[in-house]
Amino acid sequence: MRITVDLAKCQDHGQCVYSAPTVFALDAEGKLAFRTATDGDRYRSEDLDESLRDDVEEAADACPLQAIMVED
Amino acid sequence: MERCVVVGASMAGLRAAEAVRKTGFGGEVVVIGDEPHMPYNRPPLSKEALLGTAPADLAFRVPRAAQDVTWRLGERATGADLDARTLTLAGGETLEWSGLVVATGLTPRRLSLPGPAAGRHVIRTLDDVVALRKELIAGARLVIVGAGFIGCEVAAAARVADVEVDVVAPEQVPVERPLRAELGRALQRRHEAHGVRFHLGTVPVAYLGTSRVTGLRLSDGTELAADVVLEAVGCVPNTGWLEGNGLDLGDGVQCDNLLRVEGRPDVVVCGDVASFPNLLFDDVPRRVEHWTMVTDTAKRAGATLGRHLVGEPADPAPFAPIPSFWSDQYDLRLQSFGAVGLGADDVRVLEGDLDADVAVGYHREGRLVGVVLIGLPQRYQHYRALIAGSAARS
Ligand SMILES: Cc1cc2nc3c(=O)[nH]c(=O)nc-3n(C[C@H](O)[C@H](O)[C@H](O)COP(=O)(O)OP(=O)(O)OC[C@H]3O[C@@H](n4cnc5c(N)ncnc54)[C@H](O)[C@@H]3O)c2cc1C
Ligand code: SF4
Repeated sequence: MRITVDLAKCQDHGQCVYSAPTVFALDAEGKLAFRTATDGDRYRSEDLDESLRDDVEEAADACPLQAIMVED
Repeated sequence: MERCVVVGASMAGLRAAEAVRKTGFGGEVVVIGDEPHMPYNRPPLSKEALLGTAPADLAFRVPRAAQDVTWRLGERATGADLDARTLTLAGGETLEWSGLVVATGLTPRRLSLPGPAAGRHVIRTLDDVVALRKELIAGARLVIVGAGFIGCEVAAAARVADVEVDVVAPEQVPVERPLRAELGRALQRRHEAHGVRFHLGTVPVAYLGTSRVTGLRLSDGTELAADVVLEAVGCVPNTGWLEGNGLDLGDGVQCDNLLRVEGRPDVVVCGDVASFPNLLFDDVPRRVEHWTMVTDTAKRAGATLGRHLVGEPADPAPFAPIPSFWSDQYDLRLQSFGAVGLGADDVRVLEGDLDADVAVGYHREGRLVGVVLIGLPQRYQHYRALIAGSAARS
Protein backbone atom coordinates (compact mmCIF):
# COMPACT_ATOMS: atom_id res chain seq x y z
CA MET A 1 0.00 0.00 0.00
CA ARG A 2 1.19 3.50 -0.85
CA ILE A 3 -0.09 6.98 -0.16
CA THR A 4 0.15 10.09 -2.26
CA VAL A 5 -0.24 13.63 -0.95
CA ASP A 6 -1.19 16.50 -3.23
CA LEU A 7 1.17 19.15 -1.88
CA ALA A 8 -0.51 21.89 -3.91
CA LYS A 9 -3.74 21.17 -2.01
CA CYS A 10 -2.18 20.51 1.42
CA GLN A 11 -2.21 23.58 3.66
CA ASP A 12 -0.20 22.08 6.52
CA HIS A 13 -3.13 21.61 8.90
CA GLY A 14 -1.29 18.73 10.56
CA GLN A 15 -4.44 16.67 11.21
CA CYS A 16 -2.86 13.69 9.46
CA VAL A 17 -0.10 13.62 12.07
CA TYR A 18 -2.55 12.79 14.86
CA SER A 19 -4.19 10.00 12.87
CA ALA A 20 -1.01 8.34 11.58
CA PRO A 21 1.96 9.62 13.60
CA THR A 22 4.35 7.01 12.23
CA VAL A 23 3.67 8.09 8.65
CA PHE A 24 3.12 11.87 8.78
CA ALA A 25 5.12 14.54 10.58
CA LEU A 26 5.42 18.30 10.65
CA ASP A 27 8.85 19.90 10.47
CA ALA A 28 10.19 22.61 12.77
CA GLU A 29 8.34 25.32 10.81
CA GLY A 30 5.06 23.48 11.12
CA LYS A 31 5.08 22.36 7.45
CA LEU A 32 4.29 18.82 6.32
CA ALA A 33 7.68 17.08 6.40
CA PHE A 34 7.09 15.42 2.99
CA ARG A 35 7.56 18.83 1.38
CA THR A 36 11.31 18.47 1.65
CA ALA A 37 11.18 14.89 0.30
CA THR A 38 10.05 16.00 -3.15
CA ASP A 39 10.39 19.04 -5.35
CA GLY A 40 7.11 18.50 -7.23
CA ASP A 41 3.51 18.97 -6.12
CA ARG A 42 2.97 15.31 -5.39
CA TYR A 43 4.55 13.13 -2.75
CA ARG A 44 4.33 9.36 -3.20
CA SER A 45 5.37 7.14 -0.32
CA GLU A 46 7.34 3.92 -0.29
CA ASP A 47 5.36 0.72 0.09
CA LEU A 48 3.76 0.93 3.55
CA ASP A 49 2.93 -2.01 5.76
CA GLU A 50 -0.68 -3.16 5.52
CA SER A 51 -1.01 -2.79 9.32
CA LEU A 52 -0.95 0.99 8.80
CA ARG A 53 -4.03 0.98 6.57
CA ASP A 54 -6.54 2.02 9.25
CA ASP A 55 -4.31 4.87 10.38
CA VAL A 56 -3.64 6.26 6.92
CA GLU A 57 -7.28 5.94 5.93
CA GLU A 58 -8.17 7.87 9.05
CA ALA A 59 -5.59 10.51 8.08
CA ALA A 60 -7.11 10.76 4.59
CA ASP A 61 -10.57 11.31 6.16
CA ALA A 62 -9.20 13.86 8.62
CA CYS A 63 -7.36 16.04 6.12
CA PRO A 64 -9.34 19.29 5.74
CA LEU A 65 -8.13 19.73 2.16
CA GLN A 66 -8.67 16.05 1.26
CA ALA A 67 -5.12 16.01 -0.07
CA ILE A 68 -4.22 12.43 0.92
CA MET A 69 -4.92 9.46 -1.34
CA VAL A 70 -4.53 5.85 -0.23
CA GLU A 71 -3.63 3.52 -3.10
CA ASP A 72 -4.48 -0.17 -2.86
CA MET B 1 -33.75 -7.76 5.44
CA GLU B 2 -32.28 -5.41 8.01
CA ARG B 3 -31.90 -1.84 6.87
CA CYS B 4 -29.93 1.06 8.23
CA VAL B 5 -31.18 4.47 7.10
CA VAL B 6 -28.98 7.56 7.26
CA VAL B 7 -30.75 10.91 6.92
CA GLY B 8 -28.44 13.65 5.59
CA ALA B 9 -26.08 12.97 2.67
CA SER B 10 -23.18 15.16 3.66
CA MET B 11 -19.95 14.61 5.52
CA ALA B 12 -21.53 13.18 8.69
CA GLY B 13 -23.84 10.87 6.71
CA LEU B 14 -21.01 9.55 4.55
CA ARG B 15 -18.66 8.85 7.47
CA ALA B 16 -21.43 7.25 9.54
CA ALA B 17 -22.49 4.97 6.67
CA GLU B 18 -18.88 3.87 6.31
CA ALA B 19 -18.55 3.24 10.05
CA VAL B 20 -21.75 1.15 10.15
CA ARG B 21 -20.39 -1.00 7.33
CA LYS B 22 -17.06 -1.42 9.08
CA THR B 23 -18.77 -3.17 12.02
CA GLY B 24 -19.73 -5.95 9.61
CA PHE B 25 -23.38 -4.99 9.27
CA GLY B 26 -24.54 -6.88 6.18
CA GLY B 27 -28.00 -5.40 5.66
CA GLU B 28 -28.96 -2.57 3.39
CA VAL B 29 -27.52 0.92 4.04
CA VAL B 30 -29.57 3.76 2.54
CA VAL B 31 -28.57 7.43 2.68
CA ILE B 32 -31.29 10.02 2.10
CA GLY B 33 -30.22 13.57 1.21
CA ASP B 34 -32.19 16.54 -0.02
CA GLU B 35 -29.31 18.15 -1.93
CA PRO B 36 -28.81 16.84 -5.48
CA HIS B 37 -25.06 16.37 -4.89
CA MET B 38 -22.94 13.58 -3.45
CA PRO B 39 -21.28 14.62 -0.16
CA TYR B 40 -18.81 17.47 -0.57
CA ASN B 41 -16.51 19.53 1.60
CA ARG B 42 -18.04 22.77 2.93
CA PRO B 43 -15.18 24.83 4.42
CA PRO B 44 -13.85 25.95 1.00
CA LEU B 45 -17.30 27.42 0.21
CA SER B 46 -16.60 30.60 2.16
CA LYS B 47 -12.93 30.67 1.11
CA GLU B 48 -11.28 29.52 -2.13
CA ALA B 49 -14.52 28.26 -3.77
CA LEU B 50 -15.79 31.85 -3.81
CA LEU B 51 -12.74 32.66 -5.88
CA GLY B 52 -13.23 29.81 -8.31
CA THR B 53 -12.51 26.23 -7.09
CA ALA B 54 -14.38 23.90 -9.44
CA PRO B 55 -17.28 22.08 -7.72
CA ALA B 56 -15.88 18.63 -8.61
CA ASP B 57 -12.83 19.42 -6.49
CA LEU B 58 -15.02 19.61 -3.41
CA ALA B 59 -16.58 16.12 -3.59
CA PHE B 60 -15.44 13.63 -0.95
CA ARG B 61 -14.03 10.34 -2.18
CA VAL B 62 -16.41 7.52 -1.37
CA PRO B 63 -14.29 4.97 0.50
CA ARG B 64 -14.39 1.28 -0.28
CA ALA B 65 -16.42 0.42 2.81
CA ALA B 66 -19.19 2.75 1.60
CA GLN B 67 -19.29 1.56 -2.03
CA ASP B 68 -22.43 -0.55 -1.70
CA VAL B 69 -24.48 2.16 -0.02
CA THR B 70 -27.69 3.26 -1.74
CA TRP B 71 -27.73 7.03 -2.26
CA ARG B 72 -31.15 8.61 -2.58
CA LEU B 73 -30.30 12.17 -3.46
CA GLY B 74 -32.78 14.98 -3.99
CA GLU B 75 -35.11 13.33 -1.46
CA ARG B 76 -36.20 14.88 1.81
CA ALA B 77 -37.29 13.14 4.99
CA THR B 78 -40.40 14.80 6.36
CA GLY B 79 -41.21 12.63 9.38
CA ALA B 80 -40.11 9.69 11.47
CA ASP B 81 -41.87 7.37 13.91
CA LEU B 82 -39.17 6.01 16.19
CA ASP B 83 -41.44 3.48 17.92
CA ALA B 84 -42.69 2.04 14.63
CA ARG B 85 -39.19 2.38 13.06
CA THR B 86 -40.36 4.18 9.95
CA LEU B 87 -39.29 7.21 7.97
CA THR B 88 -41.50 9.26 5.68
CA LEU B 89 -40.16 10.94 2.54
CA ALA B 90 -41.48 14.08 0.88
CA GLY B 91 -42.99 12.03 -1.97
CA GLY B 92 -45.12 10.13 0.56
CA GLU B 93 -43.08 6.91 0.58
CA THR B 94 -42.53 5.19 3.93
CA LEU B 95 -39.26 3.37 4.60
CA GLU B 96 -38.82 0.83 7.38
CA TRP B 97 -35.51 0.65 9.22
CA SER B 98 -33.79 -1.30 11.96
CA GLY B 99 -31.27 1.46 12.63
CA LEU B 100 -31.45 5.23 12.04
CA VAL B 101 -28.63 7.79 11.77
CA VAL B 102 -29.57 11.44 12.20
CA ALA B 103 -27.09 13.55 10.18
CA THR B 104 -29.19 16.44 8.93
CA GLY B 105 -26.88 19.32 9.88
CA LEU B 106 -27.99 22.95 9.86
CA THR B 107 -29.78 25.52 7.73
CA PRO B 108 -28.78 29.20 7.68
CA ARG B 109 -31.05 31.54 9.58
CA ARG B 110 -32.72 34.19 7.36
CA LEU B 111 -33.58 37.72 8.33
CA SER B 112 -37.27 38.47 8.11
CA LEU B 113 -37.11 42.06 6.91
CA PRO B 114 -39.33 44.00 4.54
CA GLY B 115 -38.02 44.61 1.03
CA PRO B 116 -37.17 42.68 -2.14
CA ALA B 117 -35.78 39.13 -2.04
CA ALA B 118 -33.53 39.27 -5.14
CA GLY B 119 -29.88 39.96 -4.31
CA ARG B 120 -30.03 38.39 -0.82
CA HIS B 121 -27.88 35.32 -0.22
CA VAL B 122 -26.85 32.79 2.42
CA ILE B 123 -23.94 30.38 2.27
CA ARG B 124 -24.16 26.75 3.30
CA THR B 125 -24.46 24.72 0.09
CA LEU B 126 -22.73 24.43 -3.25
CA ASP B 127 -25.81 25.87 -4.94
CA ASP B 128 -25.66 28.89 -2.58
CA VAL B 129 -22.06 29.52 -3.64
CA VAL B 130 -22.74 29.15 -7.35
CA ALA B 131 -25.45 31.81 -7.01
CA LEU B 132 -23.36 34.17 -4.86
CA ARG B 133 -20.18 33.83 -6.92
CA LYS B 134 -21.94 35.15 -10.03
CA GLU B 135 -22.64 38.43 -8.25
CA LEU B 136 -19.22 38.95 -6.69
CA ILE B 137 -17.64 40.85 -9.56
CA ALA B 138 -14.88 43.41 -9.07
CA GLY B 139 -16.31 46.75 -8.02
CA ALA B 140 -19.64 45.31 -6.80
CA ARG B 141 -20.81 46.50 -3.37
CA LEU B 142 -21.34 43.59 -0.97
CA VAL B 143 -22.97 44.08 2.42
CA ILE B 144 -22.45 41.19 4.84
CA VAL B 145 -24.86 40.97 7.75
CA GLY B 146 -23.13 39.11 10.59
CA ALA B 147 -19.52 39.29 11.79
CA GLY B 148 -18.91 35.66 12.73
CA PHE B 149 -16.38 33.36 11.07
CA ILE B 150 -18.37 32.86 7.86
CA GLY B 151 -19.03 36.60 7.49
CA CYS B 152 -15.36 37.42 8.08
CA GLU B 153 -14.12 34.72 5.68
CA VAL B 154 -16.42 35.91 2.91
CA ALA B 155 -15.34 39.51 3.58
CA ALA B 156 -11.71 38.47 3.09
CA ALA B 157 -12.41 36.47 -0.09
CA ALA B 158 -14.49 39.32 -1.52
CA ARG B 159 -11.74 41.89 -0.87
CA VAL B 160 -9.26 39.63 -2.64
CA ALA B 161 -11.66 39.74 -5.62
CA ASP B 162 -11.81 43.58 -5.40
CA VAL B 163 -15.39 43.64 -4.22
CA GLU B 164 -16.37 46.56 -1.92
CA VAL B 165 -17.29 45.16 1.52
CA ASP B 166 -19.38 46.55 4.39
CA VAL B 167 -20.05 44.37 7.44
CA VAL B 168 -23.07 45.06 9.66
CA ALA B 169 -23.48 43.34 13.05
CA PRO B 170 -25.11 43.92 16.43
CA GLU B 171 -21.95 43.10 18.44
CA GLN B 172 -19.39 45.79 19.26
CA VAL B 173 -16.54 43.62 17.95
CA PRO B 174 -16.44 40.98 15.15
CA VAL B 175 -16.26 37.30 16.18
CA GLU B 176 -16.81 38.53 19.73
CA ARG B 177 -18.97 35.63 20.83
CA PRO B 178 -16.56 32.85 19.85
CA LEU B 179 -13.25 34.64 20.52
CA ARG B 180 -14.00 37.54 22.90
CA ALA B 181 -13.09 41.16 22.41
CA GLU B 182 -9.25 41.20 22.44
CA LEU B 183 -8.77 38.83 19.52
CA GLY B 184 -11.91 40.09 17.78
CA ARG B 185 -10.56 43.63 17.74
CA ALA B 186 -7.22 42.41 16.43
CA LEU B 187 -9.01 40.66 13.55
CA GLN B 188 -11.09 43.76 12.91
CA ARG B 189 -7.90 45.84 12.51
CA ARG B 190 -6.59 43.37 9.93
CA HIS B 191 -9.83 43.49 7.95
CA GLU B 192 -9.86 47.28 8.06
CA ALA B 193 -6.30 47.32 6.73
CA HIS B 194 -7.69 45.38 3.75
CA GLY B 195 -10.43 47.96 3.20
CA VAL B 196 -13.42 46.31 4.94
CA ARG B 197 -15.81 48.83 6.58
CA PHE B 198 -17.52 47.73 9.81
CA HIS B 199 -20.88 49.01 11.10
CA LEU B 200 -21.07 47.50 14.58
CA GLY B 201 -23.63 47.79 17.33
CA THR B 202 -26.36 48.13 14.71
CA VAL B 203 -28.71 45.86 12.76
CA PRO B 204 -30.52 46.16 9.43
CA VAL B 205 -34.19 47.07 9.75
CA ALA B 206 -35.22 47.08 6.07
CA TYR B 207 -33.99 46.21 2.60
CA LEU B 208 -34.25 49.03 0.07
CA GLY B 209 -35.16 48.68 -3.61
CA THR B 210 -38.13 47.45 -5.61
CA SER B 211 -37.37 44.44 -7.82
CA ARG B 212 -34.00 43.72 -6.18
CA VAL B 213 -31.97 44.93 -3.22
CA THR B 214 -30.22 48.27 -3.74
CA GLY B 215 -29.35 48.92 -0.10
CA LEU B 216 -30.16 48.48 3.58
CA ARG B 217 -31.47 50.77 6.27
CA LEU B 218 -29.80 50.23 9.65
CA SER B 219 -31.23 50.68 13.13
CA ASP B 220 -28.92 53.67 13.71
CA GLY B 221 -30.53 55.42 10.73
CA THR B 222 -27.66 54.89 8.27
CA GLU B 223 -28.49 53.80 4.72
CA LEU B 224 -25.93 51.58 2.99
CA ALA B 225 -25.89 51.02 -0.78
CA ALA B 226 -25.60 47.37 -1.85
CA ASP B 227 -25.55 45.36 -5.06
CA VAL B 228 -25.41 42.05 -3.16
CA VAL B 229 -26.23 41.10 0.44
CA LEU B 230 -25.01 38.06 2.37
CA GLU B 231 -26.94 37.08 5.50
CA ALA B 232 -24.40 35.26 7.70
CA VAL B 233 -26.30 35.29 10.97
CA GLY B 234 -25.91 31.74 12.18
CA CYS B 235 -27.75 28.49 11.56
CA VAL B 236 -30.59 26.42 12.97
CA PRO B 237 -30.44 22.61 13.36
CA ASN B 238 -32.57 20.56 10.94
CA THR B 239 -34.71 18.61 13.39
CA GLY B 240 -38.30 19.35 12.30
CA TRP B 241 -38.65 15.89 10.74
CA LEU B 242 -38.05 14.27 14.15
CA GLU B 243 -40.80 16.11 15.99
CA GLY B 244 -43.49 14.13 17.78
CA ASN B 245 -41.13 11.47 19.16
CA GLY B 246 -40.56 12.95 22.62
CA LEU B 247 -36.90 13.82 21.87
CA ASP B 248 -35.06 16.80 23.36
CA LEU B 249 -34.74 19.03 20.27
CA GLY B 250 -33.94 22.22 22.20
CA ASP B 251 -30.61 22.73 20.41
CA GLY B 252 -30.05 19.99 17.84
CA VAL B 253 -30.75 16.42 18.92
CA GLN B 254 -29.58 15.54 22.39
CA CYS B 255 -27.71 12.28 22.75
CA ASP B 256 -25.37 10.43 25.12
CA ASN B 257 -21.63 9.83 25.01
CA LEU B 258 -22.21 6.92 22.59
CA LEU B 259 -24.21 9.36 20.39
CA ARG B 260 -27.42 7.41 21.08
CA VAL B 261 -30.71 9.16 21.59
CA GLU B 262 -31.92 8.51 25.13
CA GLY B 263 -33.53 5.12 25.58
CA ARG B 264 -33.08 4.14 21.93
CA PRO B 265 -30.11 1.94 21.03
CA ASP B 266 -31.23 2.00 17.40
CA VAL B 267 -31.08 5.79 16.82
CA VAL B 268 -27.77 7.72 16.73
CA VAL B 269 -26.89 11.33 15.93
CA CYS B 270 -23.74 12.89 14.44
CA GLY B 271 -22.25 16.02 12.90
CA ASP B 272 -23.39 19.59 13.46
CA VAL B 273 -26.88 18.51 14.56
CA ALA B 274 -25.66 16.38 17.50
CA SER B 275 -25.69 17.72 21.04
CA PHE B 276 -23.43 15.36 22.97
CA PRO B 277 -21.33 15.36 26.14
CA ASN B 278 -17.59 15.55 25.49
CA LEU B 279 -15.95 13.83 28.44
CA LEU B 280 -12.75 15.77 27.85
CA PHE B 281 -14.54 18.64 29.62
CA ASP B 282 -17.66 17.47 31.47
CA ASP B 283 -20.92 15.59 30.95
CA VAL B 284 -23.02 18.49 29.61
CA PRO B 285 -24.36 17.89 26.08
CA ARG B 286 -23.36 20.63 23.64
CA ARG B 287 -23.48 21.15 19.91
CA VAL B 288 -20.19 21.79 18.08
CA GLU B 289 -19.91 23.22 14.56
CA HIS B 290 -16.35 22.11 13.80
CA TRP B 291 -15.32 20.20 10.72
CA THR B 292 -13.03 17.76 12.56
CA MET B 293 -15.81 16.94 15.04
CA VAL B 294 -18.05 15.74 12.20
CA THR B 295 -15.76 12.79 11.46
CA ASP B 296 -15.19 12.09 15.15
CA THR B 297 -18.90 11.95 15.98
CA ALA B 298 -19.89 10.12 12.78
CA LYS B 299 -17.37 7.34 13.29
CA ARG B 300 -18.47 6.94 16.90
CA ALA B 301 -22.18 7.03 16.04
CA GLY B 302 -21.82 4.61 13.12
CA ALA B 303 -19.83 2.18 15.27
CA THR B 304 -22.39 2.39 18.10
CA LEU B 305 -25.29 1.67 15.76
CA GLY B 306 -23.48 -0.98 13.70
CA ARG B 307 -22.47 -2.91 16.81
CA HIS B 308 -26.03 -2.81 18.10
CA LEU B 309 -27.31 -4.14 14.78
CA VAL B 310 -24.80 -7.02 14.65
CA GLY B 311 -25.42 -7.83 18.32
CA GLU B 312 -22.11 -6.68 19.76
CA PRO B 313 -21.68 -4.61 22.94
CA ALA B 314 -21.02 -0.90 22.55
CA ASP B 315 -17.48 0.48 22.77
CA PRO B 316 -16.89 1.08 26.51
CA ALA B 317 -14.14 3.68 25.94
CA PRO B 318 -15.23 7.20 26.85
CA PHE B 319 -15.61 9.58 23.91
CA ALA B 320 -13.42 12.64 24.55
CA PRO B 321 -12.32 14.10 21.20
CA ILE B 322 -10.18 17.25 21.14
CA PRO B 323 -12.18 19.99 19.41
CA SER B 324 -10.20 21.69 16.67
CA PHE B 325 -11.30 24.51 14.39
CA TRP B 326 -9.62 26.69 11.80
CA SER B 327 -10.47 29.75 9.76
CA ASP B 328 -8.59 31.28 6.83
CA GLN B 329 -8.83 35.02 6.22
CA TYR B 330 -6.45 36.67 3.72
CA ASP B 331 -3.08 35.05 4.26
CA LEU B 332 -3.67 34.35 7.93
CA ARG B 333 -4.68 31.06 9.48
CA LEU B 334 -6.56 31.06 12.72
CA GLN B 335 -6.41 27.71 14.51
CA SER B 336 -8.15 26.73 17.71
CA PHE B 337 -7.90 23.71 19.97
CA GLY B 338 -10.19 22.85 22.86
CA ALA B 339 -13.39 24.55 23.99
CA VAL B 340 -12.73 28.26 23.74
CA GLY B 341 -16.30 29.07 24.77
CA LEU B 342 -15.89 27.36 28.15
CA GLY B 343 -12.99 29.64 29.04
CA ALA B 344 -14.33 32.90 27.66
CA ASP B 345 -14.26 34.74 30.99
CA ASP B 346 -10.51 34.37 31.52
CA VAL B 347 -8.59 35.20 28.36
CA ARG B 348 -4.80 35.67 28.35
CA VAL B 349 -2.16 36.17 25.67
CA LEU B 350 0.13 33.15 26.03
CA GLU B 351 2.80 34.24 23.57
CA GLY B 352 3.29 36.67 20.71
CA ASP B 353 1.51 39.91 19.88
CA LEU B 354 -2.19 40.42 19.08
CA ASP B 355 -1.31 42.35 15.93
CA ALA B 356 1.14 39.75 14.66
CA ASP B 357 1.44 36.02 15.36
CA VAL B 358 -0.20 35.22 18.67
CA ALA B 359 -1.42 32.42 20.94
CA VAL B 360 -4.36 33.27 23.21
CA GLY B 361 -5.44 31.01 26.08
CA TYR B 362 -8.98 30.57 27.46
CA HIS B 363 -9.27 29.33 31.05
CA ARG B 364 -11.99 27.87 33.25
CA GLU B 365 -11.33 28.02 36.97
CA GLY B 366 -7.70 28.74 36.26
CA ARG B 367 -7.30 25.76 33.97
CA LEU B 368 -6.51 26.09 30.25
CA VAL B 369 -9.52 24.75 28.24
CA GLY B 370 -8.94 26.38 24.84
CA VAL B 371 -6.25 28.01 22.70
CA VAL B 372 -6.54 30.17 19.60
CA LEU B 373 -3.49 30.76 17.45
CA ILE B 374 -2.99 33.25 14.66
CA GLY B 375 -0.03 32.04 12.69
CA LEU B 376 2.52 30.09 14.80
CA PRO B 377 2.03 26.77 12.92
CA GLN B 378 5.19 25.45 14.55
CA ARG B 379 3.36 25.67 17.90
CA TYR B 380 0.22 23.63 16.94
CA GLN B 381 1.45 20.36 18.33
CA HIS B 382 2.59 21.94 21.56
CA TYR B 383 -0.75 23.63 22.29
CA ARG B 384 -2.86 20.73 21.16
CA ALA B 385 -0.98 18.46 23.55
CA LEU B 386 -1.38 21.02 26.31
CA ILE B 387 -5.16 21.08 25.81
CA ALA B 388 -5.35 17.29 25.72
CA GLY B 389 -3.54 17.19 29.06
CA SER B 390 -5.14 20.06 30.91
CA ALA B 391 -8.69 20.43 29.63
CA ALA B 392 -9.84 17.37 31.50
CA ARG B 393 -12.71 17.78 33.93
CA SER B 394 -12.45 20.53 36.44
C1 LIG C 1 -19.38 27.96 4.44
C2 LIG C 1 -18.86 27.11 5.55
C3 LIG C 1 -17.53 27.22 5.96
C4 LIG C 1 -17.03 26.44 7.00
N1 LIG C 1 -15.72 26.58 7.36
C5 LIG C 1 -15.21 25.84 8.37
C6 LIG C 1 -13.85 25.97 8.77
O1 LIG C 1 -13.10 26.77 8.22
N2 LIG C 1 -13.40 25.21 9.80
C7 LIG C 1 -14.20 24.32 10.44
O2 LIG C 1 -13.75 23.64 11.38
N3 LIG C 1 -15.51 24.14 10.07
C8 LIG C 1 -16.02 24.89 9.06
N4 LIG C 1 -17.34 24.73 8.68
C9 LIG C 1 -18.19 23.76 9.41
C10 LIG C 1 -18.24 22.37 8.74
O3 LIG C 1 -18.22 22.45 7.37
C11 LIG C 1 -19.50 21.67 9.24
O4 LIG C 1 -19.23 21.36 10.58
C12 LIG C 1 -19.86 20.41 8.46
O5 LIG C 1 -20.11 20.69 7.11
C13 LIG C 1 -21.09 19.76 9.07
O6 LIG C 1 -21.38 18.55 8.41
P1 LIG C 1 -22.74 17.75 8.67
O7 LIG C 1 -22.68 16.59 7.74
O8 LIG C 1 -22.94 17.54 10.10
O9 LIG C 1 -23.90 18.75 8.26
P2 LIG C 1 -24.27 19.37 6.84
O10 LIG C 1 -23.01 19.53 6.06
O11 LIG C 1 -25.12 20.54 7.11
O12 LIG C 1 -25.11 18.23 6.12
C14 LIG C 1 -26.43 17.92 6.40
C15 LIG C 1 -27.07 17.43 5.12
O13 LIG C 1 -28.37 16.93 5.43
C16 LIG C 1 -29.29 17.41 4.48
N5 LIG C 1 -30.64 17.42 5.09
C17 LIG C 1 -31.09 18.25 6.06
N6 LIG C 1 -32.37 17.95 6.39
C18 LIG C 1 -32.72 16.89 5.62
C19 LIG C 1 -33.93 16.12 5.49
N7 LIG C 1 -35.00 16.36 6.25
N8 LIG C 1 -33.94 15.11 4.59
C20 LIG C 1 -32.85 14.84 3.83
N9 LIG C 1 -31.69 15.53 3.91
C21 LIG C 1 -31.63 16.55 4.80
C22 LIG C 1 -28.77 18.79 4.14
O14 LIG C 1 -29.26 19.26 2.92
C23 LIG C 1 -27.27 18.52 4.10
O15 LIG C 1 -26.86 18.07 2.84
C24 LIG C 1 -17.87 25.51 7.64
C25 LIG C 1 -19.22 25.39 7.24
C26 LIG C 1 -19.72 26.17 6.22
C27 LIG C 1 -21.16 26.04 5.80
S1 SF4 D 1 -3.92 16.99 7.15
FE1 SF4 D 1 -3.91 17.46 4.97
S2 SF4 D 1 -3.53 19.62 4.86
FE2 SF4 D 1 -2.92 18.91 6.86
S3 SF4 D 1 -0.74 18.53 6.77
FE3 SF4 D 1 -1.82 16.62 6.47
S4 SF4 D 1 -2.05 16.51 4.24
FE4 SF4 D 1 -1.55 18.61 4.67
